[in-house]
Amino acid sequence: MRSLISKTGVVNGDPWLRLEGAADAAAAGADLLVPLAVWLEARERLLDRRGRLGVVIEPGDEPAVLASDVSWLSLIAVHFPSFTDGRGFSTARLLRERHGYRGELRATGPLTRDTLFYLARCGFDTFELREGENALESLAELLAFDEVYQAANDRGPLFERRLQALA
Amino acid sequence: MYRYDSIDRHIVSQRVDQFRRQTDRFLAGELTEDEFRPLRLQNGLYTQRHAPMLRVAIPYGMLNSTQLRRLARIARVYDRGYGHFSTRQNIQYNWPSLESAPDILAELAEVDMHAIQTSGNCIRNTTVDHFAGVAPDEVLNPLVYAELIRQWSTLHPEFAFLPRKFKIALSGSPEDRAAVMVHDIGLKALFNYDGEPGFAVIVGGGLGRTPIIGHQIRDFLPAEHLLTYLDAILRVYNRYGRRDNKYKARIKILVKALGLDAFRREVEQEWSFLEGGPGTLPAREIARVESRFTQPAYRPLPQVSTGLEHHLSADAAFARWVSRNVHPHKVAGYAAVTVALKKTGVPPGDVTADEMDAIAELADHYSFGELRVTHEQNLVLADVETESLYALWQALDALGLAVANRGLITNIIACPGGDFCSLANAVSIPVAKAIQERFDDLDYLHDVGDLDLNISGCMNSCGHHHVGHIGILGVDKNGQEWYQISIGGNQGPTAALGKVIGPSFARADVPDVIERLIEVYLKARDSEAERFVETVQRIGLDPFRGNVYALADQ
Repeated sequence: MRSLISKTGVVNGDPWLRLEGAADAAAAGADLLVPLAVWLEARERLLDRRGRLGVVIEPGDEPAVLASDVSWLSLIAVHFPSFTDGRGFSTARLLRERHGYRGELRATGPLTRDTLFYLARCGFDTFELREGENALESLAELLAFDEVYQAANDRGPLFERRLQALA
Repeated sequence: MYRYDSIDRHIVSQRVDQFRRQTDRFLAGELTEDEFRPLRLQNGLYTQRHAPMLRVAIPYGMLNSTQLRRLARIARVYDRGYGHFSTRQNIQYNWPSLESAPDILAELAEVDMHAIQTSGNCIRNTTVDHFAGVAPDEVLNPLVYAELIRQWSTLHPEFAFLPRKFKIALSGSPEDRAAVMVHDIGLKALFNYDGEPGFAVIVGGGLGRTPIIGHQIRDFLPAEHLLTYLDAILRVYNRYGRRDNKYKARIKILVKALGLDAFRREVEQEWSFLEGGPGTLPAREIARVESRFTQPAYRPLPQVSTGLEHHLSADAAFARWVSRNVHPHKVAGYAAVTVALKKTGVPPGDVTADEMDAIAELADHYSFGELRVTHEQNLVLADVETESLYALWQALDALGLAVANRGLITNIIACPGGDFCSLANAVSIPVAKAIQERFDDLDYLHDVGDLDLNISGCMNSCGHHHVGHIGILGVDKNGQEWYQISIGGNQGPTAALGKVIGPSFARADVPDVIERLIEVYLKARDSEAERFVETVQRIGLDPFRGNVYALADQ
């Protein structure tokens, strides 16, 4: 069983249904998570249905294609097919900082607790852990560091705080 | 050097705690080898032939005596009594156990050191001119910027899983001693016409399998924009660098594939969104970091030391050492001194724990308790009074560390090679030893003059053979060790890649081949002032080839 956690706790009962097959087959009213290609192709039809919408982004996908859609989407799930493919970190920051996405940003894939701190700093809210990863211990890793040097999505650079302390 | 504040210390200590938890989980079977690998690499732990290797960061090569004593202690307690200084200004231990790694990191943290990002596909230790801050030819002291880059790159959340490793080098002198032309990013610190500090930015250089001289993508980047511009380059690389083939994953391949102009456009476009953003450095921050650096309390001294003059004329061995291993200093009455870690028969860069302690003592006594590691695998005492040079030389000589070979052929730069490294095709240390033994006549060596000889045990080029005046590369032919020889490589502002002279040689023939190459040079040079590499540039490879392969035809 893969557990889902947020920055504040374990998420029980994920409402999102992954679309399998064609867009028309989607259950009416469900919160529906669709691949980016399906979204781009069936955008109008999907928007006409009831229920919230989410899109899955793969590492090679260009987040800018969602620039004008960010207000329609309630979930963007960035997939990390392998632990060591770091493209999704940049994807997240671009969605948040360049394209103004404010909805839920979820990291999916076989994640262990070890990248959670970085993922959260890049703007992710929720994290789908790999099979067998302990959810409570993983939550603790979100707090692995009290301070950070560089600016990212969560806070400004350490030098701002250091200079403030001097002032 | 930079002094940590409580926040720097806290970050490093939380990193040790995190790695201890990760190691525990791995040892308990909760993390697979594949999952643990990037985590241990980003904490400096490699697996190699015999045991894990731990690479400890020496940020931009700067160390104090307390830290060096701690490195000695670690060598004694956790290793076999020695360490190996690398061409990346770091120190490596070849024999620690995985179980002890968290304890070693905790010992390092106590003296404000760490092994963060010393390997793995992330931003590595930034390297800097080992005479930064003291060189008279320096335009702009790059050390404060090196520290700003260290902080920016440490645990950067976006760039921890890049396509491949990423190395930045920084120099503030026109005599580029940091090899900025052969790094993923090279930065030349300089002033613009209005007297504002900044950088020329070079991207896409590198050695390894595909050696490439870097391209300047920006002639002047104002200092305040340093970090946002680095963010822009790294983001373009993180998103578009190849991940399907690790031999084509470095940024140099991306620059080549896109073309320089297109790559530059990508970076500039990315930067247009980041310019002026939160990473922009206020002048106050640059000044604050500068104020965290120790300032040596130089004494007012005369330019010329009468004691030194006397010893120079009275002691030829000392004079020879001064001519090779003592370097000018921006402050009158001071000099920078190379402590040569190139004893014959000992791997280049290897130092025993006792030697580390002794060198720490000398640093305390002669150089304000600080020292530097060079990418030539030597140490430097950067602030020595010229009046004390003779006493220092005697002390170093007693330790066997006064080999007067800085810049000479026996100052060999070499990777650990097949004796230690599981990647290597061939050994490098025994080759270095054989060459050092062949050229043990100091008068001959000084007659030959400046000659960089670099040895790499495989295409990964850790010994930087591409930029050696003579480069030696270990290659594998049907399971046997062979050595390919190139000449004409060069580092510095006129960086060039060496050209292979022809078919490779058996190990036993290498010293003969080197001797043959030098014979041609000594006959052909137009004066004693013309260096080996300049002769190669002037007359080309053919005369060298002729003399070397004539040997084989006999």
